Amino acid sequence: MKKAIYSAVIAAGLSATAMPVWAQTDIQFWHAMGGRLGEVVEEIAEKYNASQDTYNLVPTYKGGYEDTMTAGIAAFRADQQPNIIQIFDAGAATIINAPGAAIPIADLMTNFDSSDYIEGVRNFYADSDGNMIGMPFNASTPLLYFNKDILTEAGFDGPPATWEEFEEMAPVIKDAGYIALAQSHSPWILAENFHSRHNLQLSTGNNGYDSTDVEILYNNDEMKMHWGKVKEWLDEGYYGFYGRGWGDNQDAFVQKKTAMWMGSSGSFGGLATSAEFEFGAAELPYWKSITEEPYGTFIGGAALFAMAGKPDAENAGVADFMGYLTSPEIQYFWHKETGYVPVTNAAYELAKADGYYETTPDAEIGITQLNDRGGEWTKGYRLGFYVQIREVMYKQFDNIFSGSSTVEEAFAAMEKESNALLARFNDSVN
Amino acid sequence: MKRVQFEHSPIPYLFIAPQIIIIVIFFLWPAGQAVYQSFLLEDAFGLSSKFVWFRNYSDTIFSAAWLQAFGFTIIFSTIVTFLSLGLALLLAVKANEVIRGASTYKTMLMWAYAIAPPVAGLMGNLMFNPLIGDMYVFMNSLGFDFDHKLDAYDASFVVILISVWKQVSVNFIFFLSGLQGIPKGVQEAAVLDCKSSFRRFWTITFPLLAPTTFFLMVINITYAFFDTFGIIDTTTQGAPGGATTTLVFKVFQDGFRGADIGGSSAQSVVLMLLVLGLTVIQFRFIEKKVHY
Repeated sequence: MKKAIYSAVIAAGLSATAMPVWAQTDIQFWHAMGGRLGEVVEEIAEKYNASQDTYNLVPTYKGGYEDTMTAGIAAFRADQQPNIIQIFDAGAATIINAPGAAIPIADLMTNFDSSDYIEGVRNFYADSDGNMIGMPFNASTPLLYFNKDILTEAGFDGPPATWEEFEEMAPVIKDAGYIALAQSHSPWILAENFHSRHNLQLSTGNNGYDSTDVEILYNNDEMKMHWGKVKEWLDEGYYGFYGRGWGDNQDAFVQKKTAMWMGSSGSFGGLATSAEFEFGAAELPYWKSITEEPYGTFIGGAALFAMAGKPDAENAGVADFMGYLTSPEIQYFWHKETGYVPVTNAAYELAKADGYYETTPDAEIGITQLNDRGGEWTKGYRLGFYVQIREVMYKQFDNIFSGSSTVEEAFAAMEKESNALLARFNDSVN
Repeated sequence: MKRVQFEHSPIPYLFIAPQIIIIVIFFLWPAGQAVYQSFLLEDAFGLSSKFVWFRNYSDTIFSAAWLQAFGFTIIFSTIVTFLSLGLALLLAVKANEVIRGASTYKTMLMWAYAIAPPVAGLMGNLMFNPLIGDMYVFMNSLGFDFDHKLDAYDASFVVILISVWKQVSVNFIFFLSGLQGIPKGVQEAAVLDCKSSFRRFWTITFPLLAPTTFFLMVINITYAFFDTFGIIDTTTQGAPGGATTTLVFKVFQDGFRGADIGGSSAQSVVLMLLVLGLTVIQFRFIEKKVHY
């Protein structure tokens, strides 16, 4: 009996010490995907963990984009950072310009070739030479959604391709009893991607990719013309403003107050379940007076960054997971389940070959728009303290809408405040 | 005056030690960190750090956005403090006079006390939603061109209304117990001397309530400065045009959203000094008029 106890104790002790040798390496992954998106992330993690037994991916939901970034920053300062963190577009400059906070994905992964990635996707989270630093994860791009019933009722067969066409349609839609348009993210849709769609420079220093010592160029004639028009449309009752919240404006579209709504390619799934009418998706309108043919947009959403200061064994796991994540099958799964665009050409080909776009043609619009011709200024932007700059933009757009500033005054103030923030950011990283 | 010297014993220190430890860990240490960070300019991850003297202070405090937030905070706090104290006092006096169903009235008035500011904010946000909000429809049906998503005054009205509503019940509880603490004899003597209940209130009741009022004023100013954060975050988020951004909300925007730790630390140090200064003023000048 005694002997049996001894041997049990020894066996337990042995297995306890031996455990780490066989144990899988945990890879911590902090993300900002809540609700259904979070469930899909969990599913991908389960699939990955089932596909191999060296690594164990542990996804953790950390709240919204800003919360996740703040949690990552606090953890990094306390030397408790996760292996992978999801950082959104406006926070990209914060992590990329912090010297040595992230390991570039292009360095981490073996056989990395950026030309495998879709045109509008590959440069946004890369350095100025095109080396990818963050792995685009939930890549979305702004789209125009339209209520087919309302447009038919007003006598149109489809949405406007240009803003000039929109100006002709809007009064007719108003007469039919609807507001023509609303949108959910002014800085992203009507400023950042407005510049890409018309191939306009957004800031000095190659849109901020070459340097942090830059100035913003939002105070340009095209932007001011456009915002002057948006204000006119608001006053005429062609444009609905339901506040800053994403959902409030989307709800106006879902509740048939507006005929059209500009949101994200990732909004498709949500609209499909909430809208009780037939709707379609189209590319963002552009001004023919600025460009004869439109240019592609770039991605929004967020990317995955490999955080520095982790053991090599874990970094190898991060690289392995990134390889799995970008495999065509997983990208196609992510694309279908969430509406985000697949980030690689191979995944796009797989979706096409599978006949996905024949049954749901609207799911392809985002990709075709990202693949529209590229120009000098269509790869994205990289600006520091951009979260604060967006705050400044929201503020000035509000002032234009309420009439407390003229368009001219609002953009002058935006330029001044943004440049002060950019100068401060430059000093903080150099 | 000559002081009496007692034998020193370490036991009193032992008794207050837990409290001191809590203050050091949860106030002095983080406050010290904030002061230290407010002199540094560094990237968010703390990898490159420079000592910049008062740069963070001058960068943020002289910015148009901070000055706007400062102005709004002062106006907002003044209105919220006076309205929530005034309404609560009125309700407490009236509820104190009610005899039939007194406890029902009192319970109903205290109810909102249990609601956290963010929840109050969410409820207010729904009521003022342009698509489904009853209050939004109501305000417009009164003939106002009410649009808190665009109009700075309308937005201020919304956050003040919710902040006051949330705080009235807290003040009500204190005022009511204060009123019940006024000796019956004093009140009866006053009734004999003066017929006007209005004058009786201002000459007898109000001065006797002064300690409660003073205490509530300190509490309410702190509430308006800090605790209304949850309401603003769930309703206007500082919009439109930064018109409803309070100083605390700006600290949050710059520090927690924008990852500017030096700048937001400088702002929180200024805020700390501001509230400290206000409290000192209240205790030095207003408290002198309070008779306990």
